[in-house]
Amino acid sequence: MAEVRGTTTTDRLSRLLALVPYLQARPGIAVAEAASDLGVSEPQLRRDLELLWVCGLPGHGPGDLIDLSFEGDSVTVTFDAGMQRPLRLTPDEAMSLLVALQTLADVPGLADREVLERARAKVELAAGGAAAGPGGISVQLQDQRHQRPGSDQRLASIRAALEAARALGLTYYVPGRDETTDRVVDPMRLLLVEGRSYLEAWCRRAEGVRLFRLDRIDAVTVLAEPSRVPDDASERDLADGLFQPSSSYGTARLRLGPGARWVADYYPCEQVTEHGDGLEITLRVADPRWIQRLVLGLGAEAEVLEPPELAQAVRAEAGAALQQYADDGDAGHGNPG
Amino acid sequence: MNLVICLLATRQYLSAERIRATVPGYGEGRGDPAVDEAFKRMFERDKSELRELGVPLETGRNGWGDGEDGYRIARRDYELPDIDLTPDEAAAVGLAARLWQSAGLSQAAHGALQKLRAAGIDVDPRAAAGIQPRVEASEPAFQACLDAVRAAQPIRFDYRRPRAEAPQARDVQPWGVVSWHGHWYLVGHDLDRAATRCFRLSRIHGPVRRTGRAGTVVVPEGLDLAGIVAESVQPDVQTARVLVRPGRAQGLRRSATPTGNAGPEGEVFEVPYADRDSLADLLVGFGAGVVALDPPEVRAAVVGKLRRLAGVPGG
Repeated sequence: MAEVRGTTTTDRLSRLLALVPYLQARPGIAVAEAASDLGVSEPQLRRDLELLWVCGLPGHGPGDLIDLSFEGDSVTVTFDAGMQRPLRLTPDEAMSLLVALQTLADVPGLADREVLERARAKVELAAGGAAAGPGGISVQLQDQRHQRPGSDQRLASIRAALEAARALGLTYYVPGRDETTDRVVDPMRLLLVEGRSYLEAWCRRAEGVRLFRLDRIDAVTVLAEPSRVPDDASERDLADGLFQPSSSYGTARLRLGPGARWVADYYPCEQVTEHGDGLEITLRVADPRWIQRLVLGLGAEAEVLEPPELAQAVRAEAGAALQQYADDGDAGHGNPG
Repeated sequence: MNLVICLLATRQYLSAERIRATVPGYGEGRGDPAVDEAFKRMFERDKSELRELGVPLETGRNGWGDGEDGYRIARRDYELPDIDLTPDEAAAVGLAARLWQSAGLSQAAHGALQKLRAAGIDVDPRAAAGIQPRVEASEPAFQACLDAVRAAQPIRFDYRRPRAEAPQARDVQPWGVVSWHGHWYLVGHDLDRAATRCFRLSRIHGPVRRTGRAGTVVVPEGLDLAGIVAESVQPDVQTARVLVRPGRAQGLRRSATPTGNAGPEGEVFEVPYADRDSLADLLVGFGAGVVALDPPEVRAAVVGKLRRLAGVPGG
């Protein structure tokens, strides 16, 4: 993105208009730092600065042009030709910030809500007329009505551990194995992606970097011991989505009826092809028990094409479950104990 | 750039000819019809570029003597008003600006940050280290729907309902776009059905066409966009009772309420649900680990699904 940005003439003009007041607010700033702040390469910023030098007030005499002084790698504006303030925010710019601030404020425990709301009010005031009118866009990172009890406190504990660089004790539900486990992790960062929150951490038990979905964390304890993330543990690159294909995973091929098309939206598929009203998909499978539960739940809307062991396992489990309703011919359904 | 500086510096409206004489790059070769034509095109292009950036270009005449409209920029309308953010507020803005992953919105946020930095605010991108919120909008229909909402303009698109057949054309007055749990929805008034509807953007097929005039869509007062989507997506209303076998179906236990009725065969849980078939799908997923007790409609749905899966005749 950064390479593409700043190449069109409109982008460049908008940057040039911001550049003079930017430099004026920071006398003697290093060119490299300014370039990184403005999201362009250093050579590009130097070309921008050269252009500024021939811009100025009508007349364009020596005293009318924008004047810059360079000292080593740093730059200072000595005459601004009347460009003291940046241009106002456009409606799109104002909206992008205001909606984002509101979105973060709506997640309890994520960040200081008061700070977010103060910042929002100030940006709204500065945006003036650009912020007026109906928003037309709303982002809910979480479903507040369906939060599990205590989720705000768990989020706050994780943030506290991240800030204080402390290890965390987690009680975590693993859906693939359908079990709850205890483990110690060294937190790396908190991600809110694709509508869900995750803790990315070094898991001491698995000895690897793992993503923990916050809604599957049943309990969190901030431990006294410091967090010890190994030097070679790397955060995952989110550019290609959260879950990347791993060669150690197997695959399953399913034929989905129209009522199960949503599966292709929800789970990362290696291949999706139209098949009549439905789809044929190839899914990566991290855990055979997970795919068995998925296929069982899809019922008649899914047919297992491969592997055959999965098709057999599904049939056998359904048969065993059906045994429990053997009396249903007589309508009765009993209670235990 | 020189044009902006020149028009900001003037109180009077400047005619195109005056501008041409003053601003370098415009001035050469006056009187030659081909060059005059080139200047006109260049000046028109520059004006529209400035307007696109949001530069408030005013047109008007200084007095009766002026033969044609001139141009100026009022400093008060051009300049970003004073904004004074504390370091923690600036950090919050920096965090917020990184939220967007879609091209249009992230570019807008980038532009806003550039201006705030130019206003002397230090928006440190590392200040809120450790937290990374991201909102994707990869649906092809996203930008077109957002633009239509902001233009208050009716639209038509092909939409495929979840359990259905071929896509159908829908005519909608768009009210807003909502990201709910990582999925984007369009909320609006469906003209054919004469009712409020939510459309999942990923189910919109092909282009979104604007069908009416801009500014004609009236959004109801006090509209709660997110509330409408929440209502349509998951209204939990009823309760089922489910027997969970010892040590099984941890996933179901976590979202259910124990009734305290437990024995060697398992424990009974109350499970909230909105749709009988969705609950049956969930329960069937746990195989022999659970038994649906009641209501009978849920129990029957589970048995029906299990029969088909097990290949039992009559299922």
